[in-house]
Amino acid sequence: MSKALRILVPVKRVIDYAIKPRINKAGTGVEKTGVKFSMNPFDDIAVEEAVRIREAHKKLVENIHAVSIGPTKAQDILRTALAKGADTCTLIDAKETELEPLAVAKILKQVVAKQNANLVILGKQSIDDDCNNTGQMLAGLLNWPQATNAAKVEIDESSLVAKVTREIDGGEETISAPLPLVITTDLRLNQPRYATLPNLMKAKKKPMEKMTLADFSDVSTEPRLQVLKLEEPPTRSAGEKVASVDELIEKLKSVKAI
Amino acid sequence: MYAAFCRSSVSFQAKLLGKSNLRFASTLVFVESTKDGKIAQSSLSALSAASQLGNPVAALLAGSASGKAAEELQKNPGSASLQQIFVAEEHAYDHYFAEKVTPLTLELLKDPEYTHFVVAGSAVGKSILPRLGALLDYQPICDITKIVDATTFVRPIYAGNALATVKCSQDKKLISVRASSFPVTAGEASTASISKAPPVSQVSELAVKWEGENLVKSARPDLGSASKVVSGGRGLKNKETFDSLVTPLADSLGAAIGATRAAVDSGFCDNSLQIGQTGKVVAPDLYIGLGISGAIQHLAGMKDSKVIVAINNDQDAPIFQVADYGLIGDLNEIVPELTAKLSQIK
Repeated sequence: MSKALRILVPVKRVIDYAIKPRINKAGTGVEKTGVKFSMNPFDDIAVEEAVRIREAHKKLVENIHAVSIGPTKAQDILRTALAKGADTCTLIDAKETELEPLAVAKILKQVVAKQNANLVILGKQSIDDDCNNTGQMLAGLLNWPQATNAAKVEIDESSLVAKVTREIDGGEETISAPLPLVITTDLRLNQPRYATLPNLMKAKKKPMEKMTLADFSDVSTEPRLQVLKLEEPPTRSAGEKVASVDELIEKLKSVKAI
Repeated sequence: MYAAFCRSSVSFQAKLLGKSNLRFASTLVFVESTKDGKIAQSSLSALSAASQLGNPVAALLAGSASGKAAEELQKNPGSASLQQIFVAEEHAYDHYFAEKVTPLTLELLKDPEYTHFVVAGSAVGKSILPRLGALLDYQPICDITKIVDATTFVRPIYAGNALATVKCSQDKKLISVRASSFPVTAGEASTASISKAPPVSQVSELAVKWEGENLVKSARPDLGSASKVVSGGRGLKNKETFDSLVTPLADSLGAAIGATRAAVDSGFCDNSLQIGQTGKVVAPDLYIGLGISGAIQHLAGMKDSKVIVAINNDQDAPIFQVADYGLIGDLNEIVPELTAKLSQIK
């Protein structure tokens, strides 16, 4: 087998990180009409890392393929991924069906096989469901090693072993694992580039394969967890402004905080 | 009646098999320990959550320090609900590689007695639980903050801007627990028996290797479980100011030190101190934020603190909307004064 990297980068369309989501009146979901959506920030970092790996190893990387499973509009974020440097992409149109990480991982497993990918780079979590599941699940289903919460990735060209520095609770640790491998990105892995206008124009000419959930009929998209309700967290009552350090200390004493 | 009959016959069989501590429905908790056998605080929170489920609780410890950790766990006042401790005292489990630990947990969970599997929502727990879920074909329930009943749980989504109540009807519930929501309850030491974990039938051959670590050494309380936290943000301007203002104030209170992403990214402090959606979630009795604006992502990690104090020179900073006490002014003047006056009190 010739040594080549075929990188798969799954990306998710989520409500923009700067927007405070509103729960709908029925308490069943989050209001989505008229809300700004963008690429999940961790996935942006994943795309950037894939492109940087190619910049560091020009001959090694054969292809960077982006994939998104979501509404038809998810093609917008795939275009962004193409503009940032992905070569090809697949939109798996799920319409309004929201998939749980387990179903996403099962579909991605099939995409990995189809693309013959040997490195999958995903965001560590999506900022909407906050699950932090999909990468680990995909690694489990593929029986590949996993390097989660990556803060630094180095790939040895001759051995195809990746050295990954991971963010852990007390600091960081470095592990090494041979490809094929699943990596999930932490915030500090890199600073994603902006898609320039010329690159956005070029991205329109790059290929986008379109599939639907029906193409993965062997994967059940029935949710395993039933969301009974969504509610706003209890709001904190507005506090008071104090004028001096002494007043602050008195207040803290009065509520026995010190 | 039939169920009751099954239950009694199962426990009868269990007795015959020497597993008298286990009944029909049990909870298994994966417990993390340090290299010298100390139990991770977040795992004690996981045990506390597990005991709320009401069934007998067993713990699984793995790694070369797990024998020592098992004895520590037995003595720990937070483990009163524990009935059994399994120990897999092997080097292979050091550093808790998900590839190695998952087959071990899988082995125990083959036993239909285990209806619930609980891990801490720590870096280790988050790396193991989903991999296990995929192999068992279950969707885990992650980072829960409340147990409604044995099948219904509450978990925050959208950076804590919404609370989802989810019902899980899968045979086994795989759960990770947000430590700050399940305080460790002190009871009596447990009488749990310690036994060897069963051998693993399918050991992972994946060639993952541990190359080294860079841990932040500190005598301070652990950020995730500290009762007081002093946290610094971009407003501190540089590392020198961070060290000269945050550290002495934390010392005067015996508090842990935290930071915003902006402070971490600017190199003011180590990233393991980051509080927020993507960092640690804390809920101390007292949180003091210095030079912190209060972005959604940071609030996600601290807004359940009992008392929030914000000190900032920008009176429009969003953090003042959640702060119980706000003080507007120059950090360089206010913080040394506060530190000096707090030290006097002590």
